[in-house]
Amino acid sequence: HGCHPQPWSGRLGAEKKTKNGSKWLKMENGNFFAPVWYRHDDLKEMLDSNKDSLKLEAMKRIVAMIARGKNASDLFPAVVKNVACKNIEVKKLVYVYLVRYAEEQQDLALLSISTFQRGLKDPNQLIRASALRVLSSIRVPIIVPIMMLAIKEAASDMSPYVRKTAAHAIPKLYSLDSDQKDQLIEVIEKLLADKTTLVAGSVVMAFEEVCPERIDLIHKNYRKLCNLLIDVEEWGQVVIINMLTRYARTQFLSPNQNVSAEAASLAKRKPYVMDPDHRLLLRNTKPLLQSRNAAVVMAVAQLYFHLAPKAEVGVIAKALVRLLRSHRSVQYVVLQNVATMSIKRRGMFEPYLKSFYIRSTDPTQIKILKLEVLTNLANETNISTILREFQTYIRSMDKDFVAATIQAIGRCATNIGKVRDTCLNGLVQLLSNRDELVVAESVVVIKKLLQMQPAQHSEIIKHMAKLTDNIQVPMARASILWLIGEYCEHVPKIAPDVLRKMAKSFTNEEDIVKLQVINLAAKLYLTNSKQSKLLTQYVLNLAKYDQNYDIRDRARFIRQLIVPTEKSGALNKYAKKLFLAQKPAPILESSFKDRDHFQLGSLSHLLNAKAVGYQELPDWPDEAPDPSVRNVEVRGAPQGAGCMGGQGGVSSQGLQRASEGSSVNPFSLNPAVTPPPPQPIPSSSIISTSLVTDLEGLTLTDTSLTPAVSVPHALPGMSRDPCPSWGLQVGGSASHTPAPRPRQLLSPAFGAVRTYELLHRMAGEGLSVEYCFSRRPFPGDPHMVAVHIQISNNTDAEVKSLRVSEPKLLSGMRIQEFPEIERLAPGDTANVVMGIDFCDSTQAANFQLCTHTRHFYVSIQPPVGELMAPVFMSENEFKKEQGKLTGMSEITEKLTLPEKCRSDHAIVQQVTSAANVGRVPCGADNEYRFAAKTMTSGSLVLITLEQREGAVAQLTVNSEKMVIGTMLVKDIIQALAQ
Amino acid sequence: MIHSLFLINCSGDIFLEKHWKSVVSQSVCDYFFEAQEKAIDVENVPPVISTPHHYLISIYRDKIFFVSVIQSEVPPLFVIEFLHRVADTFQDYFGECSETAIKDNVVIVYELLEEMLDNGFPLATESNILKELIKPPTILRSVVNSITGSSNVGDTLPTGQLSNIPWRRAGVKYTNNEAYFDVVEEIDAIIDKSGSTVFAEIQGVIDSCIKLSGMPDLSLSFMNPRLLDDVSFHPCIRFKRWESERVLSFIPPDGNFRLISYRVSSQNLVAIPVYVKHMISFKENSSSGRFDVTIGPKQNMGKTVESVVMTVHMPKAVLNMNLTATQGSYTFDPVTKVLTWDVGKITPQKLPNLKGLVNLQSGAPKPEENPSLNIQFKIQQLAISGLKVNRLDMYGEKYKPFKGVKYITKAGKFQVRT
Repeated sequence: HGCHPQPWSGRLGAEKKTKNGSKWLKMENGNFFAPVWYRHDDLKEMLDSNKDSLKLEAMKRIVAMIARGKNASDLFPAVVKNVACKNIEVKKLVYVYLVRYAEEQQDLALLSISTFQRGLKDPNQLIRASALRVLSSIRVPIIVPIMMLAIKEAASDMSPYVRKTAAHAIPKLYSLDSDQKDQLIEVIEKLLADKTTLVAGSVVMAFEEVCPERIDLIHKNYRKLCNLLIDVEEWGQVVIINMLTRYARTQFLSPNQNVSAEAASLAKRKPYVMDPDHRLLLRNTKPLLQSRNAAVVMAVAQLYFHLAPKAEVGVIAKALVRLLRSHRSVQYVVLQNVATMSIKRRGMFEPYLKSFYIRSTDPTQIKILKLEVLTNLANETNISTILREFQTYIRSMDKDFVAATIQAIGRCATNIGKVRDTCLNGLVQLLSNRDELVVAESVVVIKKLLQMQPAQHSEIIKHMAKLTDNIQVPMARASILWLIGEYCEHVPKIAPDVLRKMAKSFTNEEDIVKLQVINLAAKLYLTNSKQSKLLTQYVLNLAKYDQNYDIRDRARFIRQLIVPTEKSGALNKYAKKLFLAQKPAPILESSFKDRDHFQLGSLSHLLNAKAVGYQELPDWPDEAPDPSVRNVEVRGAPQGAGCMGGQGGVSSQGLQRASEGSSVNPFSLNPAVTPPPPQPIPSSSIISTSLVTDLEGLTLTDTSLTPAVSVPHALPGMSRDPCPSWGLQVGGSASHTPAPRPRQLLSPAFGAVRTYELLHRMAGEGLSVEYCFSRRPFPGDPHMVAVHIQISNNTDAEVKSLRVSEPKLLSGMRIQEFPEIERLAPGDTANVVMGIDFCDSTQAANFQLCTHTRHFYVSIQPPVGELMAPVFMSENEFKKEQGKLTGMSEITEKLTLPEKCRSDHAIVQQVTSAANVGRVPCGADNEYRFAAKTMTSGSLVLITLEQREGAVAQLTVNSEKMVIGTMLVKDIIQALAQ
Repeated sequence: MIHSLFLINCSGDIFLEKHWKSVVSQSVCDYFFEAQEKAIDVENVPPVISTPHHYLISIYRDKIFFVSVIQSEVPPLFVIEFLHRVADTFQDYFGECSETAIKDNVVIVYELLEEMLDNGFPLATESNILKELIKPPTILRSVVNSITGSSNVGDTLPTGQLSNIPWRRAGVKYTNNEAYFDVVEEIDAIIDKSGSTVFAEIQGVIDSCIKLSGMPDLSLSFMNPRLLDDVSFHPCIRFKRWESERVLSFIPPDGNFRLISYRVSSQNLVAIPVYVKHMISFKENSSSGRFDVTIGPKQNMGKTVESVVMTVHMPKAVLNMNLTATQGSYTFDPVTKVLTWDVGKITPQKLPNLKGLVNLQSGAPKPEENPSLNIQFKIQQLAISGLKVNRLDMYGEKYKPFKGVKYITKAGKFQVRT
């Protein structure tokens, strides 16, 4: 019984039968192996049964097949039927299956879409989120528009978890259809403004995948991200830190300016002052070095390496060294990064030198990386310790490691002149090592060292010449031969003899050795032709018929150069110069040198090659871009969420998380830093004086539940005022002066804003409070209606600690109080914003308004038109949605339009002032359409006004919320009737 | 980010695959096998492998390779850390992270992987959250489920997902409220031939097992917190409190977790609890050598050193060893050339000694190097750094919890060069 009967199941059944029939025939024709459908028939039966336990068992077996990589695609029709199954585990496993095979079976996959669309509207946030997750994971291009719509809707869902899921869905849709980029960027922009920590990491990840180049989207969110960072989950932290590193490189100046180069012009230039936002980033990331997550630590380390002043980078060393205690793969990555860092900033790791000492149990790849770091850290003072340590390593059983150690000794010797002779002697001793690889590696390194000062070392060269008899490793032989040839003046007696021996064994040598034999022959011919002329001829002749064309070419080329003939050209004269030119000694340098042009910690850095999708780390700008782009306009924001002023200066308040217990309130994550400065509230209309007098008699005492001075929308005459306004400099009794309405549009719906009285001057003992629905989104919670409140102190004493307390709300309703106003001087006016989630009902929100001396019971009752926010949709979308909301959800009323209310302008004006709705474009010119969504549940409210001949018109409202629909029809008709 | 995951056992069978985006063919693992072959030893398989169309990032845990397929730039540590978190989760759920455990629980594994990653980006990795979504298997539950048809999968959003303390689940209830802390310290050291310490530091962790009802707010203070050189925290710890007062203040996750890891590294602080006297020599032009090792206690603060085990990787030329142990037993594996001596407890009156002859392959050159000795040991009821927990206070709940602290010192990477 657990499954919804699907209208198409019958059809599928029929299809199955015919398929069975044809396959059966095939089998009779000699196919011995049971076809796939046959094998899975039992599973199909189980899936078709009406017992959940059987279905679950079947799905478990199917998932096990998927896990093993076996093909289960033929079960698609049987599985997809269960997508609406009531059993949550069956449903989840069906999702797993669907996501795996939807791409292969696109047509059938489409059958499941409606279930997810239904799921997107479920009251349970987990179900909404998982519906969106699965819907967006189905890689079927045809549903791109549906996905787009779902993502847009989920991006303004009331649950931050659903919004997080929406952020995750963005890259999925982008990878399916990159044409959606522009629309997706809009969603990203919206989600970037989200103030919950849950969303931050996911939306930055989406940003990085979809539009990493749109750095401009970050400006306004920069400070918020910095401040939220500590409370974001670990994975989000990594993504945000990496992104902010790039951001900082484009927006701030380098803290390490080249002082010496510009010493002269320094006087003229302004001294470097770090941008407070730059400082903010460094300060807020630093505590994360203590994270248990290696990826977070690495992210902070690279941020410091790329962004911090030299003097401050040192802090990261300790944390990186700590990571070396972790798993082998973590060690591997960390050591790669330390190797790069230790070239630029050696001093920073020097105190931890011993942490890089090698144990015989380390895997070879770790040993070699540690060796690299040790070599980079070597300097005059610690070299003797390091060399002593290297001596232990040379005796290791791990020969690859020994070879690397010899290379490392060579590098130390080239870099630190003081120890060159010691190293050379040590290496020469290794020449008598029993292991040939060790000897060979030593030869190669000695060759490089000798090139630096050959004259003093003819003894070593002689010693090495003797080695040619024993040593077989080609590279080593080649090196020795090259040395002898290059410095044949130092060993005049031995050199020709070596050539003689080599000539003998020429044909059996490896190619690199042969090439060096030819070189040696040529050089000897030029310096000592008497002894070597014939030998050279002989070698060149052998080489002429060699199998390798490189060797043949080399021989031909050299013969032309050195052996003078009639035809030989001008080059012959220069043969000696060509061959015996002074050659620069090779520089032995780290393979990690300059690798820091890749962002550290990145895959590209590790591979030393640009990986797909790698974002270059930009160079510091020469001139700092305008820092004011990061300033956030502070509206009367709730508890200062995200208002950090220009100081960049929220002291890192993070890490005091958890102190708030299990609060789910996103605001508690972001404690106020500076109380938001009072901002002028956008103007709005004022109640006529007559009304005030009407209500003067009412006293507001303990009858808290009766809506006290709430001003219902039904009061006529209030909106009549053609140019309503709220004088901004309200003070004393001057507050009722009507002023022309300011030009700027107040809300997306362009409606005139009415003002209501919350507390009359008389009742409030001189304190008067008015409020209006500004129709702006309430920052931090999309489900709250923003209520702008203007409080005027008409007494002659200061009013202190004005605040909201003891809200008496119906269940489900929520209030976000405005931050306490500490003091309000006589004659002054303060503007604040509070958010109320009315739960899509017109019930009043009752609460107390407290001062340091008094409590006033007040209540705010919203007109039905304020319980919604405009949505913008196309005509087609409108028609489609309207089609879904018929029957009970449709309310139609006829009306007669008064004379002055027949023009387009007037109609739109009246409707939008009555309700916070957005206009929907319409083809017909006698029809007006508007759309909105209720704030809490997000249900659509569609309004159609059809103007028939003359004054007659028909108003239709489509909405799931019938109560809202009915009330709205009443309100609009009333507005239009005036 | 993470495209696909393959789990591969030591004999090269891919026994589980999971894709978070389009399906990537198993054949991509061939590049991994190639690298594995080249590396000879499993320890040397590079964690990051570049292939023509993908990158493979892998970890090796409990005889299983976790090979993830990546298509574009991503911090490698991000992936590695995540893979380890997956292995930890399996360990947590099934008691062990083995091929059999994964195969036996393949459906739960799949459900876990589904929740842990969405489109390749981590979604829920906190054990407390996962356990609310997917209940760990128990025998009782599987019996009940098979009868009633109820499921292991939760249908409400775990409270942790939304709160700002995602690591703790709501509505925890216990009849016995207990909080246990294990202070575990490991000594990493390299001792050179002459017995002097080349390098030594202490790596400590505090592992907690907390079973407390409701929302307890704990603070743990130490007698000597300044000892701790470098500390990394579980996300539950309030950093500010530590910075200013050196007190660990936190609302704990439910169950087992690692509260902090720390390091004590200034060298003279590190006491080395054992010494090793050794005489290992191989004679020139002869097919034998001598082996003589004695282990003794040193600076052990009056506590017994127990569970002492010595392992030595002997040079390749060693064919066999004829030794006598005055205490414990030894084994020598002629294939891997590993000598293991299980010593047990050290009593200062009679020092354990292992001595005898080493048979070398005849004709082979004398080994260049003497092997290093790797020592393991345990000392109960002692934190070698001297760290001491002062007190544990609980706020926010009214009941009286049972509290316990245990100290233990172990050898970490403790190596004696000879």
